[in-house]
Amino acid sequence: MNASTKPIIEMKNIEKHFGSVIALAGVSVDVFPGECHCLLGDNGAGKSTFIKTMSGVHKPTAGEIFFEGKPLHFDRPRDAISAGIATVYQDLAMIPLMSVSRNFFMGNEPRRKVGPLSFFDHQTANDVTMEEMKKMGINLRGPDQAVGTLSGGERQTVAIARAVHFGAKVLILDEPTSALGVRQTSNVLATVDRVRKQGIAVVFITHNVRHAMAVGDQFTVLNRGKTLGTAKRGEVTPEELQDLMAGGQELATLEGSLGGTV
Amino acid sequence: MSDAAQPEAVVDERVKEMSAFRKSLIRPELGGICGTVAVFVFFALFAFDSGMFASQGVLNWSIVSAQFMIIAVGACLLMIAGEFDLSVGSMIGFAGMMIAIFTITAGWPVWFAIIVTFAMCLAIGALNGYIVIKTGLPSFIVTLASLFILRGFTIYLPQTLERKTIIGGVRDAAEGDWLAAIFGGKILTGLFQWFGDIGLIGTFERGTRAGQPVVDGIPMLIVWAIILVIFGHILLTRTRFGNWIFAAGGDAQAARYVGVPVNRVKILMFMFTAFCACIFATCQVMEFGSAGADRGLLKEFEAIIAVVIGGALLTGGYGSVIGAALGALIFGVVQQGLFFAGVESSLFRVFLGVILLLAVILNTYIRRMITGER
Ligand SMILES: Nc1ncnc2c1ncn2[C@@H]1O[C@H](COP(=O)(O)OP(=O)(O)OP(=O)(O)O)[C@@H](O)[C@H]1O
Ligand SMILES: [Mg+2]
Repeated sequence: MNASTKPIIEMKNIEKHFGSVIALAGVSVDVFPGECHCLLGDNGAGKSTFIKTMSGVHKPTAGEIFFEGKPLHFDRPRDAISAGIATVYQDLAMIPLMSVSRNFFMGNEPRRKVGPLSFFDHQTANDVTMEEMKKMGINLRGPDQAVGTLSGGERQTVAIARAVHFGAKVLILDEPTSALGVRQTSNVLATVDRVRKQGIAVVFITHNVRHAMAVGDQFTVLNRGKTLGTAKRGEVTPEELQDLMAGGQELATLEGSLGGTV
Repeated sequence: MSDAAQPEAVVDERVKEMSAFRKSLIRPELGGICGTVAVFVFFALFAFDSGMFASQGVLNWSIVSAQFMIIAVGACLLMIAGEFDLSVGSMIGFAGMMIAIFTITAGWPVWFAIIVTFAMCLAIGALNGYIVIKTGLPSFIVTLASLFILRGFTIYLPQTLERKTIIGGVRDAAEGDWLAAIFGGKILTGLFQWFGDIGLIGTFERGTRAGQPVVDGIPMLIVWAIILVIFGHILLTRTRFGNWIFAAGGDAQAARYVGVPVNRVKILMFMFTAFCACIFATCQVMEFGSAGADRGLLKEFEAIIAVVIGGALLTGGYGSVIGAALGALIFGVVQQGLFFAGVESSLFRVFLGVILLLAVILNTYIRRMITGER
């Protein structure tokens, strides 16, 4: 592990309120280049909200964000994307009516200049889309196939492939494997491993401790808008993580009857 | 784990071979194409000797179709971007009236009146868009308000300023004006004179225009329609902005997540719709030489119908400018064709309703095939 000294993103005491709902009550996380930072926690713990403040969708109510050491204010997702932060959202952000390649390059269309005019370079877009999808283990019928005709897992894979392609510095994955088959899941985990080795920082949200243990370098558990702490790889056991994720409740009683299957 | 890019068989055994012909048919414009063919076959069978397909007849329905096309292009792009503009008709009346008031009442040069009117229409379009974006209200409601407001001004202004609802005399004022010629003139007059001379098209036999061809050029209205259709089609299918239009209408939130400036796209499309309405109005004022308070009535619905016949989805995110242009062509040909065929003009509505229904059923079927909607 190239444990870099400087974090690429520092999130300090991030708070986010939605009206009277306090979704985040002061969460601090440092993300290092070349590392996979796993965010864990119960439903509604605030994981998605947290990464959305990182990717420019939400403006934090309070707290500071430093990107590469400089204070940073993303006004729009576009700012984050230009800074090299790409995200797979839990709700995927795919448009079913549009083709796979139009979706893949949505917001980042490749362009070809013809004199003073610039056009959408469909050729490049189609080629790259097919190529990237093949890398993830999905054979598309064609790049002009509408996303609406894909299965849920295939859609998820398009979203991941897109983020991997555009995540120059930071890749944020919000439950990317929730709908995936065995082969596609292992492809995603392998991809996380690959981009991490290229020095890209990965933020990986999952409910699956085994997936987290497989690729994570650091683990942060959120509970009801607060951090229960960050642990490094090797400092915690899967069982401890499991307990933390459930907020230390109830799971102990389940353990017996489920025979450790969760 | 290694890099898992397993090489796989290139041929996917789970895809049935689809013939190239069938594949080329499955496109958003198919409804429009079928409708166009059906309409032309119908009139070729039942109204062939009515003069509809002689040069004057062709010009006649071409002009009407071109009018529909101009507003359909704007309505189409806006609908794909996920919004409606119900104020198109009122905007046409308003823009025409402003040009007339500026030239006749205020005595401005026509070119200046046209430029100021365009600026006003673009500003109103932008305001429509801005209100829709900022309030989050459906554009249906916001532009319904504009429909009434603009129409109200279009009636009120000439009545207070000139004590009438039709302001004439614009043609004389526009004589020799460089900008007015871009909207009211004709092109290829030399070519058509030559067509007349060699007998390709008929010439007037007597009267003051004896020897001149019955069709003496292509009106600028048609040129504008063609330019707008080509521009709209290229913008939508071949540019980055076109992708943003689809994205903004397909799912605004998903588009925002990946950095598409959805608000800007939508406001610009409202402005473009207003721009198209203004072109329509300017051509009309230059042709008639006057502006009337009732001009453009119901045009917004005609534009929307043409767009829907052309395969666009009412809820946005899907559609085709070529389809919308074909929808406009169907509209124009049916309206004028029934006139040529001597059919009671009220039947126009019946015919139109039937075509609308058939085209939309076909379009929905095709769209489901393409997009996997259920
Ligand atoms: N836009 C919003 N408006 C109001 N409340 C919100 C909004 N987004 C999230 N919340 C609230 O904030 C809390 C945290 O939500 P969040 O989506 O971040 O949870 P999560 O940890 O991602 O959960 P899951 O594991 O189910 O995805 C929830 O209680 C949710 O109701
Ligand atoms: Mg979530």
